[in-house]
Amino acid sequence: MKILVPVKRVVDYNVKIRVKPDQTGVDLANVKMSMNPFCEIAVEEAVRLQEAGTATEIIVVSVGPTQAQETIRTALAMGADRGILVKTDDDLEPLGIAKVLKAVVEAESPDLVILGKQAIDGDNNQTGQMLSALLGWSQGTFASELGIDGDKVNVTREIDGGLQSVKLSMPAIITTDLRLNEPRYASLPNIMKAKKKPIDEKQLAEYGVDAAPRLEIVKVAEPAEREAGVKVETVGELVDKLKNEAGVL
Amino acid sequence: MNTLLIAEHNNETLADATVKAATAAAQMGGECHVLVAGSGCAAVADAAAKLDGVAKVLLADDAQYAKQLAEPMAALVVGMADGYATIASPASTNGKNFMPRIAALLDCSQISDITAVLDTNTFERPIYAGNAIQTVKVNEGKKAVTIRSTAFAAAGDGGSAAVEAVNAADNPGLSEFVNEELTKSDRPELTSAKIVVSGGRGMQSGDNFPMLEKIADKLGAAVGASRAAVDAGFVPNDYQVGQTGKVVAPELYIAVGISGAIQHLAGMKDSKVIVAINKDEEAPIFQVADYGLVADLFTAVPELEEELGKAGL
Ligand SMILES: Cc1cc2nc3c(=O)[nH]c(=O)nc-3n(C[C@H](O)[C@H](O)[C@H](O)COP(=O)(O)OP(=O)(O)OC[C@H]3O[C@@H](n4cnc5c(N)ncnc54)[C@H](O)[C@@H]3O)c2cc1C
Ligand SMILES: Nc1ncnc2c1ncn2[C@@H]1O[C@H](COP(=O)(O)O)[C@@H](O)[C@H]1O
Repeated sequence: MKILVPVKRVVDYNVKIRVKPDQTGVDLANVKMSMNPFCEIAVEEAVRLQEAGTATEIIVVSVGPTQAQETIRTALAMGADRGILVKTDDDLEPLGIAKVLKAVVEAESPDLVILGKQAIDGDNNQTGQMLSALLGWSQGTFASELGIDGDKVNVTREIDGGLQSVKLSMPAIITTDLRLNEPRYASLPNIMKAKKKPIDEKQLAEYGVDAAPRLEIVKVAEPAEREAGVKVETVGELVDKLKNEAGVL
Repeated sequence: MNTLLIAEHNNETLADATVKAATAAAQMGGECHVLVAGSGCAAVADAAAKLDGVAKVLLADDAQYAKQLAEPMAALVVGMADGYATIASPASTNGKNFMPRIAALLDCSQISDITAVLDTNTFERPIYAGNAIQTVKVNEGKKAVTIRSTAFAAAGDGGSAAVEAVNAADNPGLSEFVNEELTKSDRPELTSAKIVVSGGRGMQSGDNFPMLEKIADKLGAAVGASRAAVDAGFVPNDYQVGQTGKVVAPELYIAVGISGAIQHLAGMKDSKVIVAINKDEEAPIFQVADYGLVADLFTAVPELEEELGKAGL
């Protein structure tokens, strides 16, 4: 079984971002970048399926600038076999990314595509579901457990009310939630080995898909700041203030 | 051009998220039609018909929609999308699951998690865990939108729209519902509760959550948690508040043993009043708290229960 894992390079989750003063976007100069945490979970799951003898090959793909090579290398150091970088300096939207990924799927014919449920920069939570639609495949989003069962995949999904299990026909799209696994740190020998693994570099234009942005970003602004309030000394004072000052009890 | 709002419900009751999303949908111009897709869900359609601003309710009552799985839902909605400029739904896990599938099949963009409608085509939405607010405009005839319900007031119930049955679409049959483990609780639902009491890693164990439940029961509150508390297995996944969990905006949010990471703040910083109980006076949660109590939660929480009792609660 062949698995494709799309990974995105994003601002590290520990960074508190700043909005540019001209409100055109977020300031990314000299900001630490990392693999999107949900994509790390996707890579980890694929590697576990390979270690269990279920998967035979793991291909990671990233659509982005030259630096996305580093993100692909990280995935290779975690255990993926080879990478594809679809180079573009444009900020593509989820539908555009999904169209590019569809072309990659058609070239590689994986049985399973595992994506993150959400990229923590745009917080869109769209790409996996869109790719599934474009391919006419089944989708198991927000997965906290998955098991291969012949030509089906059983997926436990984190939903608003608790957990839901579905059975999907393969090929299928999976998107990961936080509880699926805990991604490993790559060991030094594996980081060294990853340097020799192949990364195929493609230009976006080679895929012949129309991925041009379709939305207009009017502006990006700071959210309203919340002022820190007061410290109370005792629980009695707290209850008094909630009752008589804030009026919320 | 009209808006088709896909209702969130459990086949018996219309979710509060839909009632709030109807307010957003009404701001998008044209008529708002509500689609109730489910199984044995006629009562939900009747409830939707009473919402102010709803011109028509479309009822697709068929076994294949019982769990609103993405593949059949998308097939249904795509088949009835002509004549609608906007396909909308609450940004629930259901909406997040089926809406991008619908958008891609219609070859249109999706704007996720909108928090304000500026005009028919322009919306505000948080990005980077709410650390920036994007204003985004769609310059095309069709769009999909998911609505962050906590950002909108509930629609009134003075309406009397007609309910029209619509036929089920062919089920693509790609996926199958197996079962569900729903968290049972008599407390209010997290995203619509007026008061939320949340616990974090500081709670140390799931066995200590009854401390918070007692407070919640006195206040008629829901119980939430940080990711760390969910990951550690103290409470189920559906308790998680934050960037990648649920977004809440109650009148009162009480954070107990939660440090206040940006991913947690993203899910609760629009609460009206925030209380933090934490033994570390440097904890970032205090930067957003209206009332901060630096204390060991294992003494403060029982004391809080007692004080609430004294206050007649
Ligand atoms: C991709 C991604 C998504 C995420 N999504 C979310 C999300 O949706 N929601 C979320 O919450 N987090 C999320 N996180 C995790 C987030 O970054 C933090 O790790 C998490 O919120 C920390 O939880 P916590 O505050 O309970 O734990 P900690 O940060 O460990 O804080 C525990 C706090 O308890 C206090 N404490 C300990 N003992 C006591 C005591 N006896 N009395 C009083 N106080 C005490 C400590 O002083 C400390 O401040 C996400 C992270 C990533 C990478
Ligand atoms: N530029 C990209 N390159 C590769 N994969 C991506 C890219 N953008 C998004 N994805 C995948 O889609 C998931 C969800 O992203 P989003 O829909 O943007 O929230 C991510 O976790 C990735 O797996």
